[in-house]
Amino acid sequence: MHPSDDAIHSAPGTSIPRKAMGTAPSERMSGIATRDRTKEAFEDLARNELPGLYSLARRLVRDGAEDLVQEALLQGYRGFGTLKTDAAAGRWLKTILVNVFRDQLRKRARSVEEVAAGDLDDFSLYRTLIDEDPFPYSDSLHTDFLGTFDREDLREVLLRLPDIYRAPLVLRYMEGFSTKEIARQLEAPLGTILARLHRGRNLFEKAMWAYARESNLIRRGDDDG
Amino acid sequence: MGELTATIPCSEAVRQLWDYLDHAIAPEDQERVEHHLSFCRRCCGELEFANEIRRFLAGGSSEEIPPHVKARLERFVEEL
Repeated sequence: MHPSDDAIHSAPGTSIPRKAMGTAPSERMSGIATRDRTKEAFEDLARNELPGLYSLARRLVRDGAEDLVQEALLQGYRGFGTLKTDAAAGRWLKTILVNVFRDQLRKRARSVEEVAAGDLDDFSLYRTLIDEDPFPYSDSLHTDFLGTFDREDLREVLLRLPDIYRAPLVLRYMEGFSTKEIARQLEAPLGTILARLHRGRNLFEKAMWAYARESNLIRRGDDDG
Repeated sequence: MGELTATIPCSEAVRQLWDYLDHAIAPEDQERVEHHLSFCRRCCGELEFANEIRRFLAGGSSEEIPPHVKARLERFVEEL
């Protein structure tokens, strides 16, 4: 197991049993016991990680990103003594934030809205751009299409996806978590996460195209005449 | 490439492209996608675009935190 993976396992709010508090003899021998788990150390850590935590929260929820970060910080502070390695601290806090998000989602959602794969598999943004040709004079049609999206456009597209598809997509491709880590964070079987990533990518491409047309990032083909 | 490598249609290759890039498919499926890409120019375009979208997503991860929000969160941490 990767060291950071081990640290993430002990993130408060996960269903995985927490490792025993305190320092193991082997850690004392290796010098890890010198780690600083004071209030001041947590404040330093939190200050450094605030931009990353806030960015992640804004990708996960439309409203309430600040509340999500606050709850993650509160839980992080309570569990700070269980953090094994300082190097993993940022990902540890992000994992706590995802756990808080997951719990909020469970309280809110009565049922999970799965999208049938068959409805999506036929859509290809790559082919749609070639067929619709929104930039007739472009030599790099696909790159130019992506270039029309700024940060807020991207966020809006992501927020159009159902939570169950958006979260794995954000965690995998924007935050760089492995699919196994995501499965643990969201407490879902790995196969479910892989299926939701697959459908999420299709939904994302479809949502990009719809958003680009609706918000005039591209001219509609039927407006050209 | 083994002699038994089955040829897959474009729809199947495209369906697996992101998983192919993630190395999240079985070695034999990986081989089938590679075999398909070796002769299908259009799917090579799909592959390149899938890669561009991944880079686009990865590049959008950092966001400036508004100063007033940062100040509130810092105060929250101090008061823990």
